[in-house]
Amino acid sequence: MTQSDKPRWQELEIGCIVTTPGSTREYKTGDWASSIPVTDPAKCAKCGICWVFCPDMARFIDQRTGTYDVNNFYCKGCGICARECPTGAITMQEVGD
Amino acid sequence: MLEIRFHGRGGQGAVTSAEMMAVAAIQKNKYAQAMPAFGAERRGAPVLAFTRIDDSPVEVRQEILEPDIVVVLDPNLLGSIPVAMGLKPTGVLVLNTSKPAAAIRKILDLDGSTRLALVDATKIARELIGRPITNTTMLGALLKADGVLDPEDLVEPLKERFGKIAPRNIEAMNRAYKETKITEGA
Amino acid sequence: MSHRKGLEVSLGISEAIKACDVDVISAYPITPQTHIVEKLSEIVAEGELDAEFIMVESEHSAMAACCGAAAAGARTFTSTASQGLQLMSEIVYIASSMRLPIVMAVANRSLSGPLSIWGDHLDVMANRDSGWIKYFVENGQAAHDHMFMAYRVAENPKVLLPVMVNLDGFQLTHVIEPIELIEAEELGDFIPPFIPQIQLNPLEPVTMGPAGTPAMFTEGKKAQEAALRDSRPVIDEAWEEFGKRFGRNYKAVETYYTDDAEVIILGMGGLTGTAKSAVRSMRADGRKVGMINLRLFRPFPDEDLHKVLSGVKVVAVCDRAMSYGGPGGPVASELKTSFYGHPDAPYIASFILGLAGRDVRTGDFEHVARRAEELADIGDPAPYELIGLRE
Repeated sequence: MTQSDKPRWQELEIGCIVTTPGSTREYKTGDWASSIPVTDPAKCAKCGICWVFCPDMARFIDQRTGTYDVNNFYCKGCGICARECPTGAITMQEVGD
Repeated sequence: MLEIRFHGRGGQGAVTSAEMMAVAAIQKNKYAQAMPAFGAERRGAPVLAFTRIDDSPVEVRQEILEPDIVVVLDPNLLGSIPVAMGLKPTGVLVLNTSKPAAAIRKILDLDGSTRLALVDATKIARELIGRPITNTTMLGALLKADGVLDPEDLVEPLKERFGKIAPRNIEAMNRAYKETKITEGA
Repeated sequence: MSHRKGLEVSLGISEAIKACDVDVISAYPITPQTHIVEKLSEIVAEGELDAEFIMVESEHSAMAACCGAAAAGARTFTSTASQGLQLMSEIVYIASSMRLPIVMAVANRSLSGPLSIWGDHLDVMANRDSGWIKYFVENGQAAHDHMFMAYRVAENPKVLLPVMVNLDGFQLTHVIEPIELIEAEELGDFIPPFIPQIQLNPLEPVTMGPAGTPAMFTEGKKAQEAALRDSRPVIDEAWEEFGKRFGRNYKAVETYYTDDAEVIILGMGGLTGTAKSAVRSMRADGRKVGMINLRLFRPFPDEDLHKVLSGVKVVAVCDRAMSYGGPGGPVASELKTSFYGHPDAPYIASFILGLAGRDVRTGDFEHVARRAEELADIGDPAPYELIGLRE
């Protein structure tokens, strides 16, 4: 954001209130990742432990398939899901630049 | 005065890199200053760090807008942060990347005259340090390009800062120093 | 033997406190003071300093613990910033009213809201009337050195007042600079042992911190205020003695190129380094600009300022804080008050900049100097100008 993109003081909401709900959703944190989780569908038991343990809510439930997929827009590659997966279905793969 | 700007993410050690350069310069009886600039204080947020090195006392405390050298620790910053902004025409851009110079020039929309110093620091760091934290590795790349300090000057500061894990960080720095390719501008 | 080291300014303060051989440290972590106290806790844990490190649950408790410790005769240190200084505020006033020589490093940081962790002087300015001696330092060396000054002055039997050493959050605390460290052996007797006039002692019971009725309160405050004003000679003597022993000379009002200056920029803290650089460029362009680094804020050095500023065309006061709905920047308004009725008062222009860590640049001072001269000629009904405001 350049200086000119930022609001002038007269344009601020009263009390600096942020009126857009859930605005943090727009913040892409997926580009922090140096590795991302990849699931082997043959091994996945659809137990949901990866979803439970994800500290960032970067996994979402696919209601059709019953799988717990990664949203790479947010996933920072912490690797907790890979570590907690009881069937070893998840591996962390390096992301190139 | 030499002005260096580091770009990284919180937790990647950009601030430490800036500090190590300043400490090394001060140990060589120069004057130096290293300053961080934070946005939100958390891992992953883009972070800036600045180092000034001079033969007379450094008194200014402003951010470096026209650096002689820009160091980028995380290649994934290139899409979102204007890392080359303000780089002096005679300056050099030191980048952690596996891509060739031509691709970098395209991504950053650099004209042919910008000097580049490139090294795949992530690869070196994974191999020698075991984690993709490239701050000490990138010191090697920076030293290849800076002309003020040598890797030897960083050994004591790194030993003091890193203690038991200093040896592999020094090794990573030295390997990056060897492998960094400097592409002069056209 | 003092040695020159590239060190984070915060850690330079920790090392100074270690050399001062303090007895009690009680502090609560808050950005950007954390490195100072973390390092001290390490130093105490490693046995490098024989001190009691009292862990507390808030800054309010930290200052309360310091008051108890100092009242019992301990050499006491704490550190805080911003919301922490606000939270401990009621006890800060009590510390000075009880004449307790506590030394506190304040890593000057903004006051929320909106939430800000970045540096400016809003925290200490909200605390102006707390009765503490207040220094401002502009670099790592001065930060390190003023810890020694602070104890020598605070514990002096003629003073016995708490001292705040103010340094810019992030722009000083988190900066690596060359610092010549003074160690305990070299410090020698620069700080004599702390001998309280009266101390908490179960064998000789006294009541400290009593209530003050309408009949008594005014006199109590006058006694305190007189002590603060009378501390000045001791403050000057400490700087003089430090200069003799360690070769670095400090003053309440430090001048740079002011002798023939038509415009003088006045500031406190780290931004004065940047201002110096701007003054050099402006001088190279033939402009008669100078700068004052105001090092002592309480007691306010009126006479020293009058000596330098009387007869000068314009003073451009650069505040790093703001008094809402009031007469402009705090230091500017104090300077105006100081010069009220004075025959050769300069035109005093008030500028506010660098709030919440906003970058203060040499170009800003060039603008300030130019603008101040304009204002002196045309006058201006606005109480202050906010540098870099988007409007």
